[in-house]
Amino acid sequence: MGKKLNLNKETSGTLFLSGNEAIARGAWECGVHFAAAYPGTPSTEILETIGEHYPEIKAQWAPNEKVALEVAAGASFAGARVLSAMKHVGLNVAADPLFTLSYIGATGGVVVVSADDPGMHSSQNEQDNRLMGRAAKLVILEPSDSQEALDFTREAFGISEEFDTPVLLRVTTRVCHSKSLVHVSERREVPVKGYVKDIAKRVPIPANARKMHSRVEARLANLSVWGSKSTLNRIEMKDPSIGVITSGISYQYVKEVYPEASILKLGMTNPLPWELIGDFISRVSRVVVIEEGEPYLEESIRSRFLIDAQGKSLVPIEGELSPELVREALKPESAVPHPFREAELPGRPPTLCPGCPHRGAFHTLAGMKFSSTGDIGCYTLGLMPPYNALETVVCMGAAVGVLAGIEKALEPGEMPKLVAAIGESTFIHSGITGLIDMVYNGNTGTVMIMDNSLTAMTGGQQNPATGKDLRGEPTPVLDLVEMVRACGVKRIRVVDPHDLKEMKKALQEEYAAPELSVIITRRPCIMAYKPLRKTVAVHDPAKCVHCRACIRLGCPAISWDPEAGVPLISEMHCWPNCNLCVQVCPVGALSKDLEGVV
Amino acid sequence: MSFTTNIILCGTGGQGILLASEVVCAAAWNSGFDVKKSEVHGMAQRGGSVSSHVRFGDKVCSVLVEQGTAHMIIALEKMEGLRWAHFLRPGGRLVSADIRINPMTVNTGAAVYPDIDALVSDGGIPCTEVPVLSIARELDNFKVVNVALLGAASTLIEGISLSSWEKAIEERVPQKALAVNMEAFNRGRAVPHLTKGTAS
Repeated sequence: MGKKLNLNKETSGTLFLSGNEAIARGAWECGVHFAAAYPGTPSTEILETIGEHYPEIKAQWAPNEKVALEVAAGASFAGARVLSAMKHVGLNVAADPLFTLSYIGATGGVVVVSADDPGMHSSQNEQDNRLMGRAAKLVILEPSDSQEALDFTREAFGISEEFDTPVLLRVTTRVCHSKSLVHVSERREVPVKGYVKDIAKRVPIPANARKMHSRVEARLANLSVWGSKSTLNRIEMKDPSIGVITSGISYQYVKEVYPEASILKLGMTNPLPWELIGDFISRVSRVVVIEEGEPYLEESIRSRFLIDAQGKSLVPIEGELSPELVREALKPESAVPHPFREAELPGRPPTLCPGCPHRGAFHTLAGMKFSSTGDIGCYTLGLMPPYNALETVVCMGAAVGVLAGIEKALEPGEMPKLVAAIGESTFIHSGITGLIDMVYNGNTGTVMIMDNSLTAMTGGQQNPATGKDLRGEPTPVLDLVEMVRACGVKRIRVVDPHDLKEMKKALQEEYAAPELSVIITRRPCIMAYKPLRKTVAVHDPAKCVHCRACIRLGCPAISWDPEAGVPLISEMHCWPNCNLCVQVCPVGALSKDLEGVV
Repeated sequence: MSFTTNIILCGTGGQGILLASEVVCAAAWNSGFDVKKSEVHGMAQRGGSVSSHVRFGDKVCSVLVEQGTAHMIIALEKMEGLRWAHFLRPGGRLVSADIRINPMTVNTGAAVYPDIDALVSDGGIPCTEVPVLSIARELDNFKVVNVALLGAASTLIEGISLSSWEKAIEERVPQKALAVNMEAFNRGRAVPHLTKGTAS
């Protein structure tokens, strides 16, 4: 095991890698030159690993997934091998370049990683991007563990360049965030081919695009034939009474619970290797399809071969699969007894961290009986008690457009007390176009840009407003105030959300203003800096009036002692550079020395 | 048929579950096993329930532990340990730190933190409560609670040698903190596995 996961120094041998680390390693080994992404769970660590360990690859965060893929496309036009990684919903943002890049093909190899999140560990939907990949007429590869994540990444670049096609490497949370042993090898440099003008290939005006489309159809037909011979797809022939067709992580569950079954393991799931599938079907008496998510393989196989293959009648469309679910589907008689009952316990949902800048903003909204149209980030947690101050989420950037639309649908007197709540990274990603729309179409609402100077929910990544790039190097800071002003907003103010008086004043005045306004709540995420000294809020029980105002902050460092009727401050959790509880205590029972903390 | 050992490590976001599971995996790998583990990233890490499944043996397929098959639940927080206890196999054991962390719902008074000891003993769940807080206090270092807990767990995990554990800790823990972690591990190892109120 690498001591500090110092991947670059291990030129060959075995490492214990997550799927994401293995994809990064695979890209490095096969000479990738350029990688771009926008962070999104469960894909984030692919670019982080490249940034940290593989300096041979030029790697960068993009403002959003569409830009990431466009920059990668340009690098491919110049003959570089490129990788772009995103979460499943990020592929929606990148869909515009993706679908046409499929027509254009790959001068330097193009691999797009789609990290899907069945079970929605950290996502707003469960879309199965095999359907997207098929719609875009891409090759789709589905690794089932970290070794395959590395091997398939390398294979993907070979396919991309041989068949002149982008490849969608489709992984899921359990592949991205599981670790297993991986055989690694050295990097093999490939030259950047250089930029050669080729209008017929890269300008899809209708006359060109029609020819491109013909090439795409021929490409898919060729790849289907190729796939039947490729080692990406394999038959593991055992008991012929049952034949399981499976892909991705589901393969591991099938092997676990039913090692005697005959298996067709599909590593390439678009285009499908029809010849191989037909051969497998002819050798088994019953066909079962075990796949997570949509009945993607099942429907294709049923309609192609007109057989009664069972799939979603046995395993659910919703959620992740598990060994339990696959056992129930394939071998219910082998169910494992559970000696212990599942206990009914209070849940433990995620919370804003102690010291989180968003707490000041949401506490103030809640105190004013205001709420918000929300967005994707840590601040989505504004919906939780005790704030209950966020009530819509659609997608990255939608907080702004949704607020605008509610205002458009209602008469002025009917407007609920809503502001838009959106983080700075999400605003840059795709909220700014919503703001331009608000200015352009005469909206009058208030947009709160929550600038914590970090893309936090995904673990703390840099973005154009932080002044650092993927590798932590200094880069120009995007000036949010000037950007908002340039959109045409006249009322802009910057406020520290932990200054509760100012925060409240800003919300009152800007909400009451008859024109569009933007409040930038600016305070860094606690992951963005290290306080210079430790200091803890002190509670004086003699002064306490037992009003629980401090508890209503929803701070994980403050709990209630029901016997003494006073708050307990956790020394371990109290954030040095925060005094929200001191501000909300009406009698001064809480105090804190903030001198010299930052 | 090959034999696989199944362990679930659990606790709350920020407690260092991922590092603890990394040490278990390194130790199993050092002892020559195939190893897989699952991790939790993203939103759940913000103070929510966090778990990591670890499986090792000759050849591991599924990364997820199946209900009713876990040899051990290693819990850095008491309620989180009970949350996973139904994954234990007959003869399995819950090895739990004596740490309680209130969920937000308990802090705000919307829920009550249950009497975990009573629930564990009513459910007949074999449980070792490891006094990691006093070990940490003795060593004046609260970061070592996870390694102390692993020390206690290690004496019941078959197939991994002591030297494999020690090497794993050396590999994963910063050099500066190595001595104190080794001491915490050894004090954990001295904790006997007695189930409260039973003769186990």
